[in-house]
Amino acid sequence: MGDDATVTAAWAALETLADPEIPVITLRELGIVRDIRDGSDGLEVVITPTYSGCPAMSQIEDDIRATLARAGFDARVVTVLTPPWTTDWITASGKEKLRAYGIAPPQRKAGGESVVRFISRPAAAEAVPCPRCGSTNTTLTAAFGSTACKALYACRDCREPFDYFKPH
Amino acid sequence: MAPRDYLLHLADNAVVLGQRNAEWCGHGPIIEEDIALSNVSLDLIGQARLLYQVVAQRDGNGATEDKLAYFRDTHEFRNYTLVELPQHGPLSGYAQANLDYATTIVRNFLYSALMALVWERLQSSSDPELAAIAAKSLKEVRYHLRHSRDWLVRLGDGTDESHARVQAALDHLFPYTREFWVPSSAETAAVATGAGVDPAELRADWDAIVDAALAEATLVRPAAPPGYVTEGKTGIHSEHLGFLLAEMQSLARAHPDGRW
Repeated sequence: MGDDATVTAAWAALETLADPEIPVITLRELGIVRDIRDGSDGLEVVITPTYSGCPAMSQIEDDIRATLARAGFDARVVTVLTPPWTTDWITASGKEKLRAYGIAPPQRKAGGESVVRFISRPAAAEAVPCPRCGSTNTTLTAAFGSTACKALYACRDCREPFDYFKPH
Repeated sequence: MAPRDYLLHLADNAVVLGQRNAEWCGHGPIIEEDIALSNVSLDLIGQARLLYQVVAQRDGNGATEDKLAYFRDTHEFRNYTLVELPQHGPLSGYAQANLDYATTIVRNFLYSALMALVWERLQSSSDPELAAIAAKSLKEVRYHLRHSRDWLVRLGDGTDESHARVQAALDHLFPYTREFWVPSSAETAAVATGAGVDPAELRADWDAIVDAALAEATLVRPAAPPGYVTEGKTGIHSEHLGFLLAEMQSLARAHPDGRW
């Protein structure tokens, strides 16, 4: 196989590999797999962490290596920090899968304004639609949720508590 | 490249405060805050790991992130004294001294307000590895700042009891922020090469963030009479860091070279 064919086949092998903590979405849809290269020293998969302390990173590395090994590839996994991961990279299909699973997807682009302006502005009320009933009559229960990437919300209409994948 | 001691200063701040905040794991005042503080710790320890990995890789010779975190002693740590203080702060010596949430919130607020500015500037550090870590950490610290600021306002503008306790924590901790503004030799060296940020440049913005939040929280900014300025970032620490490290490092030192 030539380089391009190898890379294409490796992407195909990883196409359905799910995130270990949110198994309804694939690593590719989440934007964690940044690149696959076939260089002089073999196949290399480039990944990036969502948060600095994300405890799933070593599991993700193992999953990628194992999945590619099953498809006949011997790959190295390389972690890069830059550009930093953002929820803006979650694909449209990924966002829809999150919503169907009960996790409200990020509702806006990740902010980039300066720190001083960001914090002196009153906390903007973010309209987060309930993933169950669609109502925007929802409220923040806690800024941190079950994983680093989520906050906890509750719906005032259908009473459902739910996770919100916070813009990052 | 950023000086080694500058990277250790940033890493040690994060790991020590991460360890302090983690003391709330399983003991939070409400479950949501228990989870929040554990999440903040996770981010901080993650930032420390990234920085230690850079130092270890540059040290070579078998250096690892674990050796830096677990096998250095008190005088080798370069963190601000502020981050190593126990959670009971002004209540020290009283029956309710253990784990005062006001102290936790005020400390996280004062530190996050600084680090949000530091990481913002360090995104353009001349050290590319530090710049990459800064861009990642900035997103996280902004969230920490929002969280601690929110609670600062709630507690300050809350009941008489919560107001008194958060004001007492502020009075207790504020003098330790003087250390932010006196550059260490590592900071001066880092600024000279364009790898670091000059703390003097951040002070007006930090004051603006702090003053706006204190006003909203109906808290009084403590007067800052001249006095002793702590020097944790040069390795001269309070008596509290040794106890913190003893706990944090005990497992690794009991089982050196142990692997998960």
